[in-house]
Amino acid sequence: MSQTTAARPRPEWVTTLITTVASLILAFLVSAVVMVVSDAEVAATWTYFFAQPGDALSASWDKISSTLYAMYVGSLGSWVAITNTTAEAAPLICAGLGVAVAFRAGLFNIGAQGQAMVGALSGAFVGFTVTGLPLAIHLPLVILVGLLAGAVWGAIVGVLKARTGAHEVIVTIMMNYIAANLLAFFMLQKAFQAPGRADPISPVLEWSATMPRIADTRLHLGFLLALLAAVLVWWLLDRTKFGIHLKAVGLNPHAAATAGASVSTVTILTMGLAGGLAGLAGVQVVTAPELLTGFPPQMTGTIIGTLGFDAITVALLGRSRPLGVVLAGLLFGALKASRRTMVTMADTPDKLTDLIQALIVLFVAAPAFVAWLLPFLRERKVKRASVPIAKVAEA
Amino acid sequence: MSVDIVPTTVERARVESPESRTQRISTGVLITVIGVLLLWMAFTVDKSGQIALSDAFADVKLPTLDVPGTATVLLSALLVLGAGVGFITGRLSARLRFVAGVAAGAGVLVGFIVWAAASSSLPFTLTSQLNLTLEYATPLLFGVLSGVLAERAGVVNIAIEGMFLTAAFAASLTFSITHSFVAALFAAALAGVMMAGVLALFTLRYLVDHVIIGVVINLLASGLTGFIYQQLVAKNLAAYGTVQPMQAWRVPGLESIPFLGPILFTQKPLTYLGILAVPLVWFLLFRTTWGLRVRSVGEHPHAADTVGINVVWTKASAVLLGGLFAGLGGAYFTVGSVGAFQDNNPTAGNGFIALAAVIMGRWNPVLAALMALFFGFARALAQTTKLMQLPIPSDFIEMLPYLATIIAVAGLVGRVRAPAADGMHFVKSH
Amino acid sequence: MPVTAQHDAPVLRLRGITKRFGSLTANDSISIEAVPGRIHCLLGENGAGKSTLMNILFGLLEPDEGEILLGDKALTLTNPKQAMAAGIGMVHQHFMLIPVFTVAENMVLGHEPGRAGMLDLASARALVRDLSARYKLDVDPDALVEDLPVGIQQRVEILKALAHDATYLIFDEPTAVLTPQEIDELMAVMRTLRDEGRAIIFITHKLREVREVADDITVIRRGKVVGQAAPETSEAELASMMVGRAVDLKVHKAPAQPGDDRLVVEDLVVASPTGAIAVDHLSLTVRGGEIVCIAGVQGNGQTELAEALLGTMRPLSGRVTLDGVDITHSKPVDTIKAGLGYVPEDRHRHGFVGEFSIAHNLVLNNLDEYSKFGALDLKKIRDNAQARIKEFDIRHGGSHDQEVRSLSGGNQQKVVLARELSRPLSLLIASQPTRGVDVGAIEFLHGRIVEERDRGTAVLIVSTELEEVESLADRIAVMYRGRIVGIVPPDTPRDVLGLMMAGVAYDEAVATTKGAPA
Repeated sequence: MSQTTAARPRPEWVTTLITTVASLILAFLVSAVVMVVSDAEVAATWTYFFAQPGDALSASWDKISSTLYAMYVGSLGSWVAITNTTAEAAPLICAGLGVAVAFRAGLFNIGAQGQAMVGALSGAFVGFTVTGLPLAIHLPLVILVGLLAGAVWGAIVGVLKARTGAHEVIVTIMMNYIAANLLAFFMLQKAFQAPGRADPISPVLEWSATMPRIADTRLHLGFLLALLAAVLVWWLLDRTKFGIHLKAVGLNPHAAATAGASVSTVTILTMGLAGGLAGLAGVQVVTAPELLTGFPPQMTGTIIGTLGFDAITVALLGRSRPLGVVLAGLLFGALKASRRTMVTMADTPDKLTDLIQALIVLFVAAPAFVAWLLPFLRERKVKRASVPIAKVAEA
Repeated sequence: MSVDIVPTTVERARVESPESRTQRISTGVLITVIGVLLLWMAFTVDKSGQIALSDAFADVKLPTLDVPGTATVLLSALLVLGAGVGFITGRLSARLRFVAGVAAGAGVLVGFIVWAAASSSLPFTLTSQLNLTLEYATPLLFGVLSGVLAERAGVVNIAIEGMFLTAAFAASLTFSITHSFVAALFAAALAGVMMAGVLALFTLRYLVDHVIIGVVINLLASGLTGFIYQQLVAKNLAAYGTVQPMQAWRVPGLESIPFLGPILFTQKPLTYLGILAVPLVWFLLFRTTWGLRVRSVGEHPHAADTVGINVVWTKASAVLLGGLFAGLGGAYFTVGSVGAFQDNNPTAGNGFIALAAVIMGRWNPVLAALMALFFGFARALAQTTKLMQLPIPSDFIEMLPYLATIIAVAGLVGRVRAPAADGMHFVKSH
Repeated sequence: MPVTAQHDAPVLRLRGITKRFGSLTANDSISIEAVPGRIHCLLGENGAGKSTLMNILFGLLEPDEGEILLGDKALTLTNPKQAMAAGIGMVHQHFMLIPVFTVAENMVLGHEPGRAGMLDLASARALVRDLSARYKLDVDPDALVEDLPVGIQQRVEILKALAHDATYLIFDEPTAVLTPQEIDELMAVMRTLRDEGRAIIFITHKLREVREVADDITVIRRGKVVGQAAPETSEAELASMMVGRAVDLKVHKAPAQPGDDRLVVEDLVVASPTGAIAVDHLSLTVRGGEIVCIAGVQGNGQTELAEALLGTMRPLSGRVTLDGVDITHSKPVDTIKAGLGYVPEDRHRHGFVGEFSIAHNLVLNNLDEYSKFGALDLKKIRDNAQARIKEFDIRHGGSHDQEVRSLSGGNQQKVVLARELSRPLSLLIASQPTRGVDVGAIEFLHGRIVEERDRGTAVLIVSTELEEVESLADRIAVMYRGRIVGIVPPDTPRDVLGLMMAGVAYDEAVATTKGAPA
């Protein structure tokens, strides 16, 4: 077959960048529409749009701009706000790496939620029961325990997948529920409850089990640990034999097996690593100092929130690449950091961040859809629709 | 044509492959372990168990059975152990192995229920357990059908949860405004179909990985319903968040049958609908032209394409019909049971459980519906035994369906075959 | 039934068909015609664009330029339904049958009998019985397609096309999966259909078949028609038209000088994951310095044998030794270390990771050599890539960082072979080493395999192409249903090999072929 000479195609990273930026803009636009439509007062002004178009437009614009401004104030508006963003980003990055690493091995880890739960629970337990240790020993111990607990929780899935072929998506979902039930159970045991309390809340963690921070900010050691984790994951994936095997298993497990890689071993180790990273994220949540008190929040049954599912969005937006995960983690961290100001300054429900997050990944996951919506972004030569993230997960 | 050297079918000697051997033995070990556990449990009770056949409010009172505790649990344990040993030794034929599996399951159920009854001062109310089973299974039945339809057409449906959630919200909002169940169910079905439409559009037209888009749809559903709830509903609960839930419809005549009446014939209309939908979907899939085509695009879309079937639309039709069922199932979580939508994860992962039931039911609507009943039973068990003050915390009993799912996908379903092109993209080739 | 085959049916013409995929022009202004009562052979190498052209004719793809004429009427074919309505039928290279459906279900799919959307399987069964009686092609309507041997599956595929009484029948590479005897049967079927007044387009790259059955021949190269030929044209001439230069169809090799036994397989039994016995008490010895070819129709256990030797499948019983060391239950990582070189049958699935660079694929199964304490030695990997690319003449667009999936089939296979041959081997197993590879690369690959033999390596080739087996083998082991039917010299007559491939023992096969009129 003959190759006709064609213009050099756009480099892949440029396409990725364009799609990502377009996805962000689209997500904000759609969210703005939902925001206007579902606000009873603003929507009411649209009912007499033809009589007084000014009302509708200005009411809508007020709603949108005040929300955006509140988001800016909450996430970037001050030094404290910026450190709020980094503090929110740290667990997202760690858990996002956990999902991303699994993606690269062709495994869809929906279990970051459960892995973070057991990580947080066991880390916190060591944090408030062990006393009298110096920070240099206690904090690493807490981190290690949480990381290992998460790793075990993840590795169970890896073992089941490798030994029996059980699909990891189903197993991780079920492991999330089991973790949630375990958490609910333990938080009602005496050993885990704050003295004198009957509800599921733990004692305050020891000072020696708290991430050191720059005074009066929320920039703490955890954020540096998250960056370090990203660098380590990059090195592992790109510069080691194990990384080659991991990616080969993800892209073509048959070829990997034929080339002598053990698919079972890679699966188990990868799920262990993924679980460990999510466990680390869980530890971050329970050891990060609060702005005012300087102490971490007490462990509760709901402290993990939706971290594990946010992690999936982080990994998807970050294209399962460590650098991408860091950037995506910072973006979603900023969204989370802006939740309080959104409610207090703009009277916009903080659930908006969940909506924006979901819309971003919806668009990011479907570059072909974005290209259809915004045809001017397309290259002149029509290229075969290739979906980089989808590829990774599919393999 | 001339000499026929080739035989018309392949007959090949079959043996147990190393893979199925490992699987058989691990299943056997698992069953044996459960048997041993049951054996031990038999000796933790020292009185008989009370099994109530009617609850306190029943029209027809039935006697409460008094079952010997240790003896019954012991007997069940031995049954389970026997099945486990049968698996391990490999002496059983495939058919007998199935029987042994069923026997083990029955043994575990009977053993556990009698043990629970014998360990508590309260009786175990069998009617309310079974009635609750149907109640909890209702949304699962719809979810299972949604999953079966999509997956038979080759689209992995992990978005059932998101369809449930959107439909639950739509039903609640519509009912609050219109005070009509018909309108609410219609809105729910429409919401389900719309979410299914997103799934179909992104998997079939934009070729996004099915699992990824499924997860994203679930997040989107949660973000969308959560935000609109906070922004619109929570600010005016009287107008947008007031629902009188659907009442049970007592089937005239049948409801007074002792024992069965209170279980089967005092359910909500949605439950009856869910039960009827199962044979309907079976019929659609296996007895109609459309069903044959749906199954063909799930197995080998290119072959379907070469005989002139519109692959994309066939897949889409199955996914959308599935969305309709998931929508009805979603309505159950608000107007069908508790009332108004609450922003506290009302669907509670039922969509994922439904997906698990689809896989455990081997993509067959009837088997999958039975699995849905099993999950309903397990959840009902946690509910029924909560008040009985059992020596096991209820958190652990609540874990049972999840553990059962893991065991099932690891032990039993490993060798089951999904539709061959499930999750694959259909792109016309060169 | 829309059209009935007649001798006076109009001619079906493709005129100036052009089809592009991105920057690739698969068909470049091709014109051919299908004349009722004639068999028209479309001859071309793999990737020459034959299948693309036929998919256009069958409505599966739409051309960018050109037109399709039935008589003097222009046809618009945007889906197979329209093609079928116009009397066009196709027997696909990869059967378009649904394995878990019955023959009857497959036969009616897309044109189901029945009222109000209900499926009427009884009339589907009756249709199958009618057709198989009418064309004397015996099939069981209730058999599941996956339980049928490939030869019978092809019958179903042919009957499916005939169910619509197609006047214009396309056979896309139909012989790849058949034994020589089955090929003869198929040729007979094609002639019968032609004599009934149907137009047959027969797509192939096998010269012998073309010469045997064609009435007209069109040769296609790189998406263009390069010429017509008469059936009397010699094989060498057809080959040079097909490839674009004179080709040497013979493999040049000195007589083998076998040494000691290197690979010894004793009584090996391998079962597929479903429990079917794929390799059935098989014993085989390969000596150093010889090429043993396993001949046989696809699906007779060759794949499982190769995978069991490598270690990706676990044997049930038996013993395999390589240079005296037991490797029966070794994993791939160990057999590779023991000096096993492995070229898999399906290179896309097993041979390489398409998204990885050439450089990484060249060291994929030898990473220990190219890393220190688990960390990759990037320079060493790069140097190796440059050396291998040069040595094996791997043609790539830019650098060794290019993804392997962007290379042509022949160059992809060179990457696999370069990786395997770049370390000292005691045994080379190559399955279908030249499948989907253009003729130029075939010569090169065969040469390298012979070179490896001459270095004293034991070579085991699995091939379903008899031409390849005959030209490469020092000994031929014919495999049928998991067993070795016999081991014969490479000059064994083809009809004897054919009978052996259907399970007939050597002596009996020789007797049968002697008895039959030549």
